[in-house]
Amino acid sequence: MPYMLLAPAVLVTVFIVFFPMVQALATSFYDLILWKPNASRFVGFGNYVKLFADPVFWTALGNTAIWIGLTVPLQMALGLLTALLLNREFPWRGLARGLIIIPWALPSVVIALMWRWIYDPNTGVLNDILIYLSVVHSAVPWLADPDLALYAIIATLTWQGFPFFAVMILAGLQGIPKSHYEAASIDGASTWRQFVHITLPGIAPVLATAGLLRVIWVANSMDVIFVMTGGGPGYATHTLPLYAFVRARQNLDFGYGTTIAVTFTILLGAVVALYLARTMREVER
Amino acid sequence: MNKPSTFRRIITVDLPVLIIVLFAMAPFAWMVLTSLTPTQALNATGVSISPAGWSLDNYMRLLQQTSFLGNMLDSLIIACGTMALGLAVAVTAAYAFSRFRFTGRKLLMLQFLLINMFPIVLLILPLFVLMRRVGLLDTHFGLILANATVAIPFAVWMLTSYVGAIPKSLDEAAMIDGCSRLTALRRVVLPLMLPGIISTGIYIFITAWNEYLYALTLGGRNVRPVTVAIQTLIGEYQIEWGLLAAGAVVGAMPATILFLLVQRRLIGGMTQGAVKG
Repeated sequence: MPYMLLAPAVLVTVFIVFFPMVQALATSFYDLILWKPNASRFVGFGNYVKLFADPVFWTALGNTAIWIGLTVPLQMALGLLTALLLNREFPWRGLARGLIIIPWALPSVVIALMWRWIYDPNTGVLNDILIYLSVVHSAVPWLADPDLALYAIIATLTWQGFPFFAVMILAGLQGIPKSHYEAASIDGASTWRQFVHITLPGIAPVLATAGLLRVIWVANSMDVIFVMTGGGPGYATHTLPLYAFVRARQNLDFGYGTTIAVTFTILLGAVVALYLARTMREVER
Repeated sequence: MNKPSTFRRIITVDLPVLIIVLFAMAPFAWMVLTSLTPTQALNATGVSISPAGWSLDNYMRLLQQTSFLGNMLDSLIIACGTMALGLAVAVTAAYAFSRFRFTGRKLLMLQFLLINMFPIVLLILPLFVLMRRVGLLDTHFGLILANATVAIPFAVWMLTSYVGAIPKSLDEAAMIDGCSRLTALRRVVLPLMLPGIISTGIYIFITAWNEYLYALTLGGRNVRPVTVAIQTLIGEYQIEWGLLAAGAVVGAMPATILFLLVQRRLIGGMTQGAVKG
């Protein structure tokens, strides 16, 4: 009986997820350029050998590390601050909570184009503001400068993702019993000590789950980068999934593109395994 | 008597919250202002902040000179189709996960969770090759299937937790009264699941509507969802920011409105009171 009920979902996913996955794994062992399918040939681990000798792969790997390592903590910090503020009593709390969530609901294409417009070196509003405030003296080409582009996009993604953390952390905060704080303040604990000894332990599980989920999500997300810079200037904003996509899309080099995608998936696998272990432990209960 | 503490609250809470809200809203608000400024004015003097310089010029051009409405229809078909497919297969699966204990349950649940973590880039390339072979490229059905790779696992997990919150005693009571399993599912559990089904459905709709990479790769001339269409509004020689902003505002509207609706529902809780008494 349960198998019958599950059959449709399982069948569809086998067909549209697992079958393509196996296909991808197989493709990564072939030298396959889409517009000359007859020249396709089996190369074994050839693509992988080529990959490790590819300097762009290492650049993209480094960028991916910076990308995840900065975006997720920034999102989390800003989200935590927002959640702490939203957890206080003030008259327009409901409204504030609704408005803060907006970046999260926007399509990533819109977000990317929006920020491209803001960052625009000639007519963008960010440069106008910064010049007006005399922070910079001449317009900064945010997305065209190889040293700045990656960080400019990280700022965009931080903006996009912090509401998610705020909502998750807020739910966690509301699960902490008020009596803990009352007891602590009777014992004379300062606000800071209350934060460190009650609030942080109380939301630690939420932080861990949301953090892991976010690492996976941020690592995978490349649509914002793709629309904002397409990976440029040069390879300055290439992350691994983007490299795979661009490689397959522009050169139709599906064999090599898939190899990059598979390698990236394996690397991400460690984080996924951690997250799965956490979630399945909760399901057990 | 409350004066000093109210003042303190405004400084320590209201003001910082206001700054964060402005930070969250400003980029989109800027986009709206841009869309309201006619192109000539935009090139000459920049974005108009005062209502005196506003017009719906960009929106008129968007509707009259581009195929944007047709693109909206494509997105609507795909989002609704994904929602229908995702919910149809996920409802029974969620029921099975929450009501039965069987061999392989944990493994199958893990499987659905795992799919959700796959990088889209790993799936997009083989899906492109497969769909090209069977002629599904540039069709609504092809994009519905592609979006379902994300929607199905998500819906299964969401709904499993919703069904889990409905007491087992309810369907057991129905079965003692002579209902079969499936009738109990249809008559008792399904109505109670409705809020969950609606939230999950809206959620799927939003993700499918906002999806970009599948739409870009697997769509084409015939089927071009809004997210891809917005990007084609970039002119050939010069970026038409006004028109682009109008497209972005219109394209983001359906998902944003739905999101604000579903948010209240999610917070409002689900089926409290169903078994009271």
